[in-house]
Amino acid sequence: MPVTMPNLSRRNFGRLALASSAAALSGALGAGYARAATPKGEPIKVGILHSLSGTMAISETTLKDVMLMLIAEQNSKGGLLGRPLEAVVVDPASNWPLFAEKARQLLSVDKASAVFGCWTSVSRKSVLPVFEELNGILFYPVQYEGQECSRNIFYTGAAPNQQAIPAVDYLLSEAGGGAKRFALVGTDYIYPRTTNQILVNYLKSKGIADEDIMVNYTPFGQSDWQTIVSQLKAFGSGGKKTAVVSTINGDANVPFYKELGNQGISATDIPVMAFSVGEEELAGMDTKPLVGQLAAWNYFESIETPANTAFIKEWHAYTKQPKRTTNDPMEAHYIGFNMWVQAVTKAGTTDHDKVIDAMIGIRQPNLTGGIAEMLPDHHLTKPVFIGEIQDDGQFSVVWKTPALVPGQAWSPWVAQTKDLIGDWRKPIACGNYNTVTKTCLSRKHA
Amino acid sequence: MRKLGLACLLAALCLGGGLGEASAQADDFSGLAGPQFEEMSASITALAAHGGPQGDAALQALEDRHLFSGADGALFIHDGAVCQNARTGEAASCPEDLKPVRLNNRIRTVLAGAHALRELSSAEPDVRLKAAQALYARHDMTMLPALEQAMSTEKVPRVHEKLMQAHAATVLAQAPAEGTQATRLKAVGYLAEVGGLEARGLLANVAASAVEAPEVRHAAQRAVSRIDWHLRVWSVLQNAFYGLSYGSVLLLAATGLAITFGVMGVINMAHGEMMMIGAYVTWLVQQGIRMTVPALEPIAILIAIPVAFVVCGGIGVVIERSLIRFLYGRPLETLLATWGLSLVLQQVIRSVFGPTNIAVQTPAWLSGSLMVGGLDITLNRLAILVFAGLVLAGLMFVLRRTTLGLQMRAVTQNRRMAALMGIRTPKVDALAFGLGAGLAGLAGVAVSQIDNVSPNLGQSYIIDSFMVVVFGGVGNLWGTLAAAMALGMGGKVLEPTIGAVSAKIAILVLVIVYIQRHPRGMFPVRGRGIES
Repeated sequence: MPVTMPNLSRRNFGRLALASSAAALSGALGAGYARAATPKGEPIKVGILHSLSGTMAISETTLKDVMLMLIAEQNSKGGLLGRPLEAVVVDPASNWPLFAEKARQLLSVDKASAVFGCWTSVSRKSVLPVFEELNGILFYPVQYEGQECSRNIFYTGAAPNQQAIPAVDYLLSEAGGGAKRFALVGTDYIYPRTTNQILVNYLKSKGIADEDIMVNYTPFGQSDWQTIVSQLKAFGSGGKKTAVVSTINGDANVPFYKELGNQGISATDIPVMAFSVGEEELAGMDTKPLVGQLAAWNYFESIETPANTAFIKEWHAYTKQPKRTTNDPMEAHYIGFNMWVQAVTKAGTTDHDKVIDAMIGIRQPNLTGGIAEMLPDHHLTKPVFIGEIQDDGQFSVVWKTPALVPGQAWSPWVAQTKDLIGDWRKPIACGNYNTVTKTCLSRKHA
Repeated sequence: MRKLGLACLLAALCLGGGLGEASAQADDFSGLAGPQFEEMSASITALAAHGGPQGDAALQALEDRHLFSGADGALFIHDGAVCQNARTGEAASCPEDLKPVRLNNRIRTVLAGAHALRELSSAEPDVRLKAAQALYARHDMTMLPALEQAMSTEKVPRVHEKLMQAHAATVLAQAPAEGTQATRLKAVGYLAEVGGLEARGLLANVAASAVEAPEVRHAAQRAVSRIDWHLRVWSVLQNAFYGLSYGSVLLLAATGLAITFGVMGVINMAHGEMMMIGAYVTWLVQQGIRMTVPALEPIAILIAIPVAFVVCGGIGVVIERSLIRFLYGRPLETLLATWGLSLVLQQVIRSVFGPTNIAVQTPAWLSGSLMVGGLDITLNRLAILVFAGLVLAGLMFVLRRTTLGLQMRAVTQNRRMAALMGIRTPKVDALAFGLGAGLAGLAGVAVSQIDNVSPNLGQSYIIDSFMVVVFGGVGNLWGTLAAAMALGMGGKVLEPTIGAVSAKIAILVLVIVYIQRHPRGMFPVRGRGIES
């Protein structure tokens, strides 16, 4: 069948693309840089496990591109341990079981030293047993629901306490409008369900009554939002300032916002705080009716720092698309990749166990200021920003957390996990250590 | 006169502000240039109160995003062509490193209030009506004196009524004070008459308030339950409209398939991709018109309708001639071939236009909504409803009243006989398939206005389309219409009660049970030629 044809040649295609882009990049930079020694020897393989076809291609293709850019850049700086890096690109095609198969192939056939990949939580859950069985290293760059802490995964995106909780704090605050009534609207899968469970408990602890919290789930790809938006409108007429917290995923956002605009709900009436809408998603929307709607991220393209400006410039040069946007998961890969490079350099080897141990405590500057540090539970310290959508499709930052927020693998707002921590340093060396009973719920790492 | 009176009043509004026509002071503007939203909000309030024409101009520029800040708190109004100093109104040369003044939701709210206050003194009754409407939604207590002043001078009854509503809302939004009980009771009675969601919100607040006088509270409670009853009645009609509108989208998506699958019997898995191409054609037409004749931009969507039909129809004819015609009578191979084709088309579009969504513009005349009594009818949905009706009528006309339609029906009923009568069956096949693909293209134009346009667009409609055609009865257009409306209504009636996820499951289960009982759908085609 015609479908499988591109899959078969994808790896070679990836190599070809890499080789040509590396050549282009080194050509472009050659004049400015003193050329580092050309890396020699057996290449170090870096797996890229992002969907290039199917529904998730819209989000994940960009991450594959940014990884190729980072690898090409590292090679032009002399590679790693004097050896060249080689990208191995596979296409799991938005198909969750295929993620596990491709992960197995990357680890056992290609012997990838590190894998950068996955977007949806279900794809991460699907590859997790493979990475644990074969003792691989996965960098997961997307904000997620937490409640997981594997020794083989580094979570470079935000945990709920680095996105959802600060976002709700903002909505509750005077500056955010002082909301007293919350509608939690999401797509029906693991990330929204877990996040909303955490948020409901958190809101109750802040004195929000049960009848002032509405939770609503819709199927993937929901395109007809008429009844739900009118429900939100009715919910907003309860006499208290109302805000919507949206964990609606992917493509369903466009028709949702369109319906909001058409039914005349503006951000000043009922603000919508989204956790999955970034610059990339806005690129497909007419943003005029959305001006003032909110999003919480750890990175925005519009934040002006020298590092971010340089990164955006390099991205535009690499993709040859001067308007292509950057987003939060791209920054997460940037941080994750550079941390891995540091850890390998520190360990002096790509041996998985040694690199995993070397990762904890590695520090890497964020693109938006501050320093990300890899914590013992394999999460990062991150700044949290609240942005408002502007009519040019960018976000303008209206609020940020006063200090960097350290990620928490296990939420203190869920009864079953409030006593758990992850700490992969010796002597605890455990992903779900109960601080009250002083026991490790799963197997301790020897 | 009106202008002067209001200006005096606004001046009085500002606490500690100068009396009479105070001219804008430098520090009134300075909050706009700073990074602090609180200071900005104070600046806007001050400028609205006694900023004079220069303050008005600055606030208008801020709303239009034409206000820029430079070094040392300098402010400039720059509308792309002319640059002027915002404080003095004198023409100036704008420095290079200007930054647009940033807004947030709080500032937008304050700004909208200031805007409405300015417009209360407009000479146009319609503008004043809009301002009163905005103040009704705002119900900000600082606006109360301005409202009272405007009410005392307003002559146009409809504007006056809206002002009264705004006044009542503003009164109720304040915390109750000594001796205001009678006024508040009157306001509750007034808002109970007005009804609607906004009034309900305010009244619910009063009804739940602990500091409110019991009398007022009870009146508010009664008013809330009365409004709720009204809203429930309207919401039945509202849901019926949602159902019709959802049904019309299903109908549009399914009519093309009703031809290719229903009439010709080709299992066309690439039907959704034809819709997707129709949506991309809409975008291309919009882009083309923007670059060549910008004046026609608002009606680009209308121009896209015939273009999408012709392009998709043409592609359909090519597909039939190059692929489908070799597979007649082999449904399994057709299914696989068209499925493969759908993936190829998706990937082609993805490679050419990129995997991300593209932004198809919705013209102003298709945005927003229409209030009919308590019904909120969104214009784009209404347009799709009408469009679906027109497409179905047009298709009926083609099938019943044209030679092509006659030949198509003849070929479907008995291919051999039709050929013997001199009908060129291959040509009819190609045209029929092209017609189906063209209809899918039309559906794509419509869907581009409500859904996101990406290479995956087709996948989300193909299952629903097949469901509609099979449920309605293969080969019967009336069945397709009935099935689309039944599924649309069913979904939208179930959704508010059991949730979107369960509603979808329930609909699928109902369809399965129904199909088991009636394998030929709601309106089976009867006849001798059917069995073979």
